[in-house]
Amino acid sequence: MRVALFVTCVNDALYPGTGIAVVRLLERLGVTVDFPAAQSCCGQAVYNTGYRYETEPLVRRTARAFEGYRYVVTPSGSCAAMVREQYPRIGRRAAAEGRGGELAELAAGLAPRVYELTEFLVDVLGVTDVGAYFPHRVAYHPSCHGLRALGLGDRPRRLLAAVRGLELRELEGAEECCGFGGTFALKNPDVSVAMGVDKVRAVGASGADVLCGGDNSCLAHLGGLLDRRGQAVRAVHLAEVLAATEERPWPGTLRERGSRW
Amino acid sequence: MAGDVARTGVTVVSGAFLGMPAFPEAARAAVHDATLRANLRHATRTIRDKRARAVAELADFPQLRAAGHAVKDHTLRHLDTYLLRLEAAVTAAGGTVHWAADAAEANRIVTELVLATGEREAVKVKSMATQETGLNEALAEAGIRAYETDLAELIVQLGHDRPSHILVPAIHRNRSEIRDIFRAEMGGWGRPAPEGLGDDPRELAEAARLHLREKFLRAKVGISGANFMVAETGTLVVLESEGNGRMCLTLPETLISVVGIEKVVPTFRDLEIFLQTLPRSATAERMNPYTTLWTGTTDGDGPRTFHLVLLDNGRTDTLADDVGRQALRCIRCSACLNVCPVYERAGGHAYGSVYPGPIGAILSPQLRGTASGIDASLPFASTLCGACYEVCPVGIDIPEVLVHLRERIVQGGPVTRAGARVRIRPARGHAAERAAVRAARLLLDRPTALHTAERLLARARRLRHLPGPGRAWTDTRALPAVPAEPFRDWWRREREPQR
Ligand code: SF4
Repeated sequence: MRVALFVTCVNDALYPGTGIAVVRLLERLGVTVDFPAAQSCCGQAVYNTGYRYETEPLVRRTARAFEGYRYVVTPSGSCAAMVREQYPRIGRRAAAEGRGGELAELAAGLAPRVYELTEFLVDVLGVTDVGAYFPHRVAYHPSCHGLRALGLGDRPRRLLAAVRGLELRELEGAEECCGFGGTFALKNPDVSVAMGVDKVRAVGASGADVLCGGDNSCLAHLGGLLDRRGQAVRAVHLAEVLAATEERPWPGTLRERGSRW
Repeated sequence: MAGDVARTGVTVVSGAFLGMPAFPEAARAAVHDATLRANLRHATRTIRDKRARAVAELADFPQLRAAGHAVKDHTLRHLDTYLLRLEAAVTAAGGTVHWAADAAEANRIVTELVLATGEREAVKVKSMATQETGLNEALAEAGIRAYETDLAELIVQLGHDRPSHILVPAIHRNRSEIRDIFRAEMGGWGRPAPEGLGDDPRELAEAARLHLREKFLRAKVGISGANFMVAETGTLVVLESEGNGRMCLTLPETLISVVGIEKVVPTFRDLEIFLQTLPRSATAERMNPYTTLWTGTTDGDGPRTFHLVLLDNGRTDTLADDVGRQALRCIRCSACLNVCPVYERAGGHAYGSVYPGPIGAILSPQLRGTASGIDASLPFASTLCGACYEVCPVGIDIPEVLVHLRERIVQGGPVTRAGARVRIRPARGHAAERAAVRAARLLLDRPTALHTAERLLARARRLRHLPGPGRAWTDTRALPAVPAEPFRDWWRREREPQR
């Protein structure tokens, strides 16, 4: 099976380790991974801040970049939700404004082929035990778009539960938003931080030494708070947890491993 | 107090980055007020869990939600027809219908109606529409005292305070604060608080009961809103928990109801849906204790005179917007407030409107327009987490409307104001942001340029504090470590050669 990796701009620039983890994980499961270089950003932050017109070229670019792939896999619940929920909406509005049906067609063509990583693993590949090894106490934060827009349900937790050495800890108020919210974090910093602090307190109370999630943007916000507060908890993307094995253990956070992978 | 809210709302403007002054600044004080945070956290979390249980009891709740959604959409699409039908039915049943285009007109009508009775007092049932129009202040200017009789509304009125929640306007107050308000203020409005009043909820309720009883028995004029109006029969419906509403709706000689035009439903049978979804979503009750229905006037039973004031006040304009109009489906249950993590921390006052929380963030900027600082900031007062949409019993996609209104603010576009289609210009204060978004988009649409930028970023790895708008991040949060190379470079080095 051949899939296209939609790594997302945040992961490309700031969390290459997550992209690499997806490549290694999928290859380990017998999947051939392509990385179409024409991809860039899904436009989520631009769109959610109100710039729909500026988002349209990115819809076009993303749809074209993944043309011809039956499966487009992304390690981001919110980017998957952007493509699946908002792209068709953006296309419909462009058509309603009398600017033709091209965007709507591109969006409709791409949306059903995009899979968030855990959906692809559980629904398409049909696996929950991916053969991973990760000897840590882990709390899982289900980011809002994965939870409510995509309806990922217990897929991530089932995958984590099958990881050897991993102890899954209960996170109180897990379903509550972490307060990141894209440009919300900059426009409403006080509320954003108040929400984030409540979340990292709950993480502290869970006894976990790793906070795991499916969206690195939320993890950047929470990781930044954990760091400033001096909490000894590391924020790690789910893909990196699932990619780790006994032979090739998780290399640590970027800060710990320096530039090496 | 509603008038005050609107006034302060427009004045709060200053120069936070991204043209975002009002809500963020109003929220800041609340976030750092420990008592308020504790009150709100306790109150919203308790009701949140109860609501979830009450809703889960009904196996067909999703169908009821879809039905409520459909009935409301249908009614809104044919609003003119149903309003005329309602007017005919109310008139035939002995009531008088008045049409108010805006708040000032509604207040004028009600004031004249009260003055015509010769009375200078009225008792009030909790009503969002009259909060919205600032009726109490308008009546006070005409020398008429309006007494709030809902317990929480009474606390707000006695405390010279503003409501901070749709259903529980005094949610920001705790028991001991309420006791202090009762002790200090009740005497000025009527029967004083009993000697040595404590803060036991039963004691507080009894104090309110005694204070209100004399008002019910004396009042000749009652003022209310309504949860629903049935076009077919001309019946109005009020749902409540305390019984004060039943008193106000039955004891006075004259009853005046001010109701938003979107509250109409076509048939009596439609109530079947909302009488199930509203109480469970609002107070987590299977059925609210008091449901009062009245149709015009009945000889020898209840008020002899009944006036219905139908309030537009921006609703027709809102109806003209194909995305924003779904906000008019709202049945004011408050479920979206109770689950909202932003509301829980910012409190209701930060929204600068009688409609706080997620529904307020999409309703106020539509009813009032987006010209003021507060109204232009409300659509951004959300992380788009979607918890509100999930619980809304009429399926209002609040995140969708929020993004739509953000668009209207930063891009400008067509909008209907006072019945006329106009094009509004992008809001001031977003120019720098607009330029940044444009630059980012140009970069993101050119992977080669993006790649160069990523490499530059990799070279600037030691950044700890960002300048300008980025400070909002680095003041409180560490930045993620920047990798030595972007993913693209790893792929090119490690995987490309194999192909
Ligand atoms: S928007 Fe929905 S959840 Fe919020 S108050 Fe209105 S009906 Fe209730």
